[in-house]
Amino acid sequence: MDSENGQAVSLIQCEDLWKVYRLGDVEVQALRGLNLSIEQGEFIAIMGSSGSGKSTLMNVLGCLDQPTAGQYRLNGIDVAALQADALAEIRNRQIGFVFQNFNLIPRTSALENAQLPLFYRGLPLREQRVLAAAALERVGLKGREQHYPTQLSGGQQQRVAIARALVTTPSLLLADEPTGNLDTESSRDIMAILDRLNKDEGITVILVTHEPDIAAYAAREIVIKDGQVLTDRRTKPIPPSSLVER
Amino acid sequence: MPAFLFLTLITAVRVLSRNRLRAGLTMLGIVIGVGAVIAMVSIGEGAKAAVQAQVASMGTNVIIVLPGSTTVGGVRGGQGGAITLNVSDALEMKKRIPLLQETGWAKRDVMQIVNGNKNWNGSVNGISPSYLTIRDWSFTSGGPFIQADLDAAARVALVGQTVAENLFDPGEEPVGSVIRIKNVPFRVIGVLAPKGQSAQGSDQDDVIFIPFSTAERKVFGTQFIGSVGALFAATDRQEDLVAAVDQIREFLRARHRLQVEQGDDFTIRTQVDIGKVQEGTSQTLTVMLLSIAAVSLLVGGIGIMNILLVSVTERTREIGVRMAVGAKRRHILAQFLIEAMTLSVVGGTLGIVIGVMGARLTTVITGWPTIISGDTVIAAFLFSLAVGLFFGLYPAQKASRLNPIDALRYE
Repeated sequence: MDSENGQAVSLIQCEDLWKVYRLGDVEVQALRGLNLSIEQGEFIAIMGSSGSGKSTLMNVLGCLDQPTAGQYRLNGIDVAALQADALAEIRNRQIGFVFQNFNLIPRTSALENAQLPLFYRGLPLREQRVLAAAALERVGLKGREQHYPTQLSGGQQQRVAIARALVTTPSLLLADEPTGNLDTESSRDIMAILDRLNKDEGITVILVTHEPDIAAYAAREIVIKDGQVLTDRRTKPIPPSSLVER
Repeated sequence: MPAFLFLTLITAVRVLSRNRLRAGLTMLGIVIGVGAVIAMVSIGEGAKAAVQAQVASMGTNVIIVLPGSTTVGGVRGGQGGAITLNVSDALEMKKRIPLLQETGWAKRDVMQIVNGNKNWNGSVNGISPSYLTIRDWSFTSGGPFIQADLDAAARVALVGQTVAENLFDPGEEPVGSVIRIKNVPFRVIGVLAPKGQSAQGSDQDDVIFIPFSTAERKVFGTQFIGSVGALFAATDRQEDLVAAVDQIREFLRARHRLQVEQGDDFTIRTQVDIGKVQEGTSQTLTVMLLSIAAVSLLVGGIGIMNILLVSVTERTREIGVRMAVGAKRRHILAQFLIEAMTLSVVGGTLGIVIGVMGARLTTVITGWPTIISGDTVIAAFLFSLAVGLFFGLYPAQKASRLNPIDALRYE
C-alpha cells in the first residue's frame, strides 16, 4: 500500500482525467482534465446536473470504463492500462456497485443474487452461500434468502443489491442514485446502512445523488460541472475510522 | 471451475425452463434431425445386416472356381462353357493346399422332375457329399447321402424346399417317396432346410441334389467323365480366403500347364466379392439419408442460434450486471454456450428416443429389419452437442463482447 517515498497511497487518485466520446459527428468531452483524490474510509457525495460528467466519472471510478487520457490510480494501480478481464477482476475484488434501479438478476433468489460476485470469483459453492447469507444478514434480510426480487419491496431489493456489493468486502462502494427509486422511509433505511458500513467497517462510499438531504449523509461533497470539479468541500469532520490503519 | 460450470448449467436449465414453449420449439429441429438420423441409420444397418446374412447363408469362407470359356473358330462361349475343371483338380487341390479345409464339386442342369401326377422344372445338381458341408446345407427331414452312395452311383436325391413344395402335397412326407428325373427313378432321402434368396436374388431352394457319379452316368450323359460345372472350396477362417484364392490360382495354372502369357482358363469367385457390391448400394443410400438428416440438423442449429440471439438481446441488462460484479468475458461466453448446448443436447436426447421408437415402429409395421447400434446413438449425441457448440458460439461471443456500460444502460 505504500508508494516509493514511504507515503500512504490514496485509494483514488485522478490526474488530468479526460474522457471523449464520439456520438456520430459530434465529439463529446465528458471529462475535461478532472483532478480528484479520495482517501480510504471517506464518505463522499458527488453532485451535479445531468450532462455534467458525473455518470462518466462514476463509470471510470468503477472500472466499467477507461479514461481517454490522464491517469486513474486505484490503490496505486494504473487502471487505464488494464485489459477487460483485469478490469473485471478489479471490479470483482475491490468495488461494489449499487444502482438506482437495483439491477438484480430477475427470477433468481436474494441469496443467489448476493452470491453472484463470489460465483465469478470461483469460490466453492458452500463458501459462497455462507458469505452471501452473512451479507444479507448485515443488511437486515435474514430469513428472506429464498425470496425472488418480485417478492421484495423496493427498499428490500436495494438491500439485496447492497449485500451483493458487500459480499466481496470491497474497499470501494459506488452508489449511483441508490435512493432514486425509493420512498422516503426506504431511502432513510438504505442511507443508514451505507452510513453504518462507512463508519463501522471503514468502507469508502461514493454516492452520486442530486438530492441534498441524501448528500447530507456524506462527509465530503464534490460538485461536478462541465467535466471538472466545481467545488470540493468537507461537510463533516474526518471520521476517526478513516485515520485508523485497516 | 467445476463449480462454475455446474452452477452455470443449473442457471441455463432454469432460464430455458422459464420459456418452455420457446425452448421446445427451438429444440424441435434438433429432435427431428437426430430422430431422423437414428431411424434412417437403423433401417440402413438392418438392411446391410440382412444382405450380410444372405452372403453368410452361402458361406462367407467359400471359394467357387468356374471353368473358363471356350473359343471355337473365334466364337467365344459363355463362362463355364469349357470343360477345363474336373474332379481330380478338386481332390489334388485339397491335398496340396493346406488352407483348404474341404473341396467339392458340382455339375448342374435344368430338368423335368416328376412325382406321380405332379411335375416341376428344377435345377438338378450332381454333387460331391463335401459340397453339402461347404455350402452349409442342413435338413428339415432325412439326411445327406454319403461317399458309398457316390461310389455305387446310387439313385438317391435331396430336394430343396421349393422343389418339395411343388412336387408334394402339403403334409405329404417327401422322404421315402420315389421321384423321376429324366425318367430315372430316385428315392428322396432328405429335404433341405430353406436358405431363401441369394444375394443376386435367385431362389436357392429351387434345387435337387443327386450324387455326382449318378448324375454323370445316369442322368446328364456326360461326354467327358470327371468334368465338373464348378469347384467349391472352403477355408477354415474367412481371413484365409484371399491367400487361399491366390494359392488355388497358382495351383490350377501349374496343373493346367499354362504359360506366363496365357490367361487363366478358369474364374475364381468368393461370396465376399458379391457381398461388397450389395454393401456399396446400401452405403450410397445411407449417405443420401444422412445428408438429408444433416440438413435438418443444420436448420435446427440455426434455430438455436436465432433464439440465443433473442435471449442475448433480452438479457443485455443482466449481462451488464454480471460484468459489473466481475464476470469475465469467458464467463459470459460459457453461460450462453452452455445454454445452447443444453438446448441441443436435450433436443438430441429426445431425438434419440424418438428415433429408436421410430425404428422399432418401422420393424413392427413393415417388417424391415432395423439395428440400433450404440455407436450411432453416441455419434448422434456428440453431433448434437457439436451443433449446439457451433451455433451457440456467435451469440455467446456477441454477449461476451458487450461493453458493460452499454449493457447496463440497455432498455
